[in-house]
Amino acid sequence: MGFLTYLINGLSLGSVYALIALGYTMVYGIAKMLNFAHGDVIMLGAYLVFMCMSNSGLPAVVSIVIAIVCCTAIGIIIEKIAYKPLRRATNLAVLITAIGVSYFLQNMALLIFGSNPVSFTSVVKWTGFSLAGGQLKITGNAVVTIITCFIIMFALMWFVKNTKPGQAMRAVSEDKDAATLMGINVNATISLTFAIGSGLAAIAGALLCSSYPSLNPYTGSMPGIKAFTAAVFGGIGSIPGALIGGLLLGVIEILAKAYISSQLADAIVFAVLIIVLLVKPTGILGKQIKEKV
Amino acid sequence: MKKLDKSTRKLISSIAVIVVLYLVMSGMQATGNLSSLMSGLLVPVCAYSLVAIGLNLCVGYLGELSLGHAGFMCVGAFTSAFFSKMYQDVIPDVPRFILALLIGTFFAALFGFLIAIPVLRLSGDYLAIVTLAFGEIIKNVINVLYVGKDAAGLHLSLKDMMDLGLDLDGVVLINGAQGITGTPRQSTFTIAVVLLIVALIITHNFVNSRTGRAVKAIRDNQIAAETVGLPITKYKLTAFTISAAIAGVGGVLYAHNINSLTATTNNFGYNMSIMILVYVVLGGIGNFSGSVIATVVLTMLPEMLRGLSTYRMLIYSIVLIGLMLFNWAPGILKFREEHGLTTKQIVDKFKKKKEVQ
Amino acid sequence: MKKKILSISLCAALAASLFAGCGANGGTATSTETVETSGELTWRLGGIVPITGGAAQYGQGVMNAIQIAVDEVNEAGGINGYKVSFNFQDDEMDNQKSVNAYNTLKDWGMQILEGTVTSGACAAVSAETYNDRIFQLTPSASSTSVTEGHDNTFQICFSDPNQGTVSADYIADNSLGTKIGIIYDSSDPYSSGVYQNFAKEAANVGLDIVATEAFTSDNKTDFSTQLQKCKDAGADLLFLPFYYQEGSVVLKQAHDMSYAPIMFGVDGFDGLLSVKDFDVSLAEGVYLLTPFAADATDDATKNFVTKYEEQFGGTPNQFAADAYDGVYILKEALEATGLTPEASNEEICDALIAAIQNVNYNGLTGEGMTWNEKGEVSKSPKAVIIENGGYVSVE
Repeated sequence: MGFLTYLINGLSLGSVYALIALGYTMVYGIAKMLNFAHGDVIMLGAYLVFMCMSNSGLPAVVSIVIAIVCCTAIGIIIEKIAYKPLRRATNLAVLITAIGVSYFLQNMALLIFGSNPVSFTSVVKWTGFSLAGGQLKITGNAVVTIITCFIIMFALMWFVKNTKPGQAMRAVSEDKDAATLMGINVNATISLTFAIGSGLAAIAGALLCSSYPSLNPYTGSMPGIKAFTAAVFGGIGSIPGALIGGLLLGVIEILAKAYISSQLADAIVFAVLIIVLLVKPTGILGKQIKEKV
Repeated sequence: MKKLDKSTRKLISSIAVIVVLYLVMSGMQATGNLSSLMSGLLVPVCAYSLVAIGLNLCVGYLGELSLGHAGFMCVGAFTSAFFSKMYQDVIPDVPRFILALLIGTFFAALFGFLIAIPVLRLSGDYLAIVTLAFGEIIKNVINVLYVGKDAAGLHLSLKDMMDLGLDLDGVVLINGAQGITGTPRQSTFTIAVVLLIVALIITHNFVNSRTGRAVKAIRDNQIAAETVGLPITKYKLTAFTISAAIAGVGGVLYAHNINSLTATTNNFGYNMSIMILVYVVLGGIGNFSGSVIATVVLTMLPEMLRGLSTYRMLIYSIVLIGLMLFNWAPGILKFREEHGLTTKQIVDKFKKKKEVQ
Repeated sequence: MKKKILSISLCAALAASLFAGCGANGGTATSTETVETSGELTWRLGGIVPITGGAAQYGQGVMNAIQIAVDEVNEAGGINGYKVSFNFQDDEMDNQKSVNAYNTLKDWGMQILEGTVTSGACAAVSAETYNDRIFQLTPSASSTSVTEGHDNTFQICFSDPNQGTVSADYIADNSLGTKIGIIYDSSDPYSSGVYQNFAKEAANVGLDIVATEAFTSDNKTDFSTQLQKCKDAGADLLFLPFYYQEGSVVLKQAHDMSYAPIMFGVDGFDGLLSVKDFDVSLAEGVYLLTPFAADATDDATKNFVTKYEEQFGGTPNQFAADAYDGVYILKEALEATGLTPEASNEEICDALIAAIQNVNYNGLTGEGMTWNEKGEVSKSPKAVIIENGGYVSVE
């Protein structure tokens, strides 16, 4: 029974990583940039939900919708100011700018919300259910997070595959210049990707803090890095890969803590990641890009 | 006199500038004109510069993004500090520091080499994440590493201090998360500058050597390089190992300049790796003197902004974004070109003025 | 050739001007001073606190509290007839940045240092103050590496050994639990320091430690596994030597998995009840060591808490209270020395080292505090239990 409990904890943690990783992988797949500020948009999203629920007493769903709208707007603004001018510059330059944006968001939040942590009230009111005579407990947060994660993944896959803007995204991700020739507005498509990624961040923020209810201006940075790892693990740029990577990372982390050593858990998780990448150098579902001379 | 090529002339002038700055700083320090803040920053700036030079070799010439160079710095720092602490009363100061420097550099190089073997099979962001992972592993292990010394010799544990089973008169040398306390303060500005210059010369010679040219060829087109029969792995390994070793030297300097050495996210974790990457990109990828300048500027900046109190880091981040856009955004670069605001144009202007005079 | 040299010398000039600009700036970082010091002779008190970065919440409390105390002291006529000016610098909880902050304060002309907040940074700075002979009083750095070998450094908080030992003794004496589970932050000097001393003493007093689990600063969102392992090992008491932010998550997750052992935190747990929106019912029955309770009814505490809430909002925690006491402890010691700010740093330092050991101070964080030559405070850590959303002291 112990193993099952750990597995469920792992899936629950993993689904949070997966949710964040979806945002990472979207942006990476289309704009080919690592958006290091993604974790901090998540933190902003969580704060927005917290403000709506705690200060204005709005219901959870309304709060999340408000947060999604605000985060989308923030994402678009960040993209316009900080990333768009660098569209034709080297990828590293955009990466560094993203780091700058990440510092900016953290310190902005520090000034606005203060440094004291707040305790986030779960957006999920349902406390979950027990199996096997109460030995196996599954929390409502875990169920909702996992389900949300799958819904978002399928929605994204459908969107990318079947809609006009989605097809434009795929075209941009394959070849920017060719996409331009086909009459696709590359800039608008990339902006749209950022908007979607940031909107997802708001949902991720709400669910992250529902499961692990302590929120401060630095809450987003570590899960951000973990989710980035997860996205690479699953094959960066691949939407189902982000989900699988996230879930696996969560499960490995919990099992390492449970069965090997909680002191060395970080080291073990990263060691597994390295081994997987050595066996499959482009992640679990990543595409092998053939280099031609 | 043999005519020197362009990059060598550049190297010589960079070194000349560093020497002049060194003399000015030392002079100010000796006469008491340099503020404590500045004299305190001299050695750390050199240490960070060294790491940035190391990373620049990896990013600029090997063409691979490493997010784990703080890990090599960490290895250099901890092994050398451990050695210095261990033999504090046995070996006299000067030979001990030289040995510590060699040991720190050697272990950083060794780790670089061991990590490079698997890592260099990957490329791009996958390589970046694996180096990040290695950095995190090093940090995590050092945080739970306990080493003590007593009459019976060395004791080592990955659990806690009690697990060492030390005698009553035993000394704990590395105390887990509390790290190493009381490393002898031996890094001086002179040593730091000498090491910095040596590193600049070594990297310069390396990139212009046969091996260095091969490395550049591999960066520009691996398949082409392969077809002309270059042993890719060997050259990549060499470059990565040298890069790690230089970062290790930075670590040794850093460790011998501070009383309490701990491995946190900010000083040896991914935050530091990313910070060093910022120095490299801002200073110009592949431009070693640029890395040094960017390190100096970006290390000084938050200290200069101290007067702004709580707004300090906010302003810092805005300046960072601004600098990136100013230096890299194609639109802004074009604007600068049209209005005569590029570095080259400004320099040319000065030159013309001189000629007129 | 010429062009290159020129460009490089331009860069050098830029870098040099940076240095020079800094040199000039260093002495005039006055934006945070509380007292106009133009021409007037004052005591120059420096503070090093993390106000950005992961430990900002502790640092800001300390900074605000020192501010309140300094204002009060100045209103009441200062120390030995001279007012106090206070300058604080941010260290982001980083050892190197802490030394930078210290050097900035030195340029400002600091005579006495109250700081730093975290143990690692404090150990780095205390080596500097020791060399420069500047008296240092730390409100909350509890590691022994801070005071070891540094005669000029004194602590206001309990030291790590003190907390760990007292907790183990207290648990054994009161038979609170027989099987002990421990969760600690293996990447934090404070947490692992307290843990080690606890484990050492636990072996002496015959407590049975059944599970020792750790987390790191990179891995502190989820504690369910550590809790599950303690639960499986049958631990009926959890010793939790870390800060309240993680504490609030641990309590929530333990509650979610219906695991209800006795929770025993140390002084880092103080502040738990003032976490915004925290369900205080989760904290019912939690033991912690704290010298300070914000809802105490004595005049001094009430005065401090009211002022804090008025000026900065929020409830002060014990870090803040320790820091507030620190200013008054310095005042008392300085008055005993009879010095004026004209004295050199070294004179002040030596006089204070002698004077503080004779001080017997009653403050917010304890009655009859005294200091030994090692720099440790003797105030008995008081165990309190949380009942009905408030602290109740247990004897």
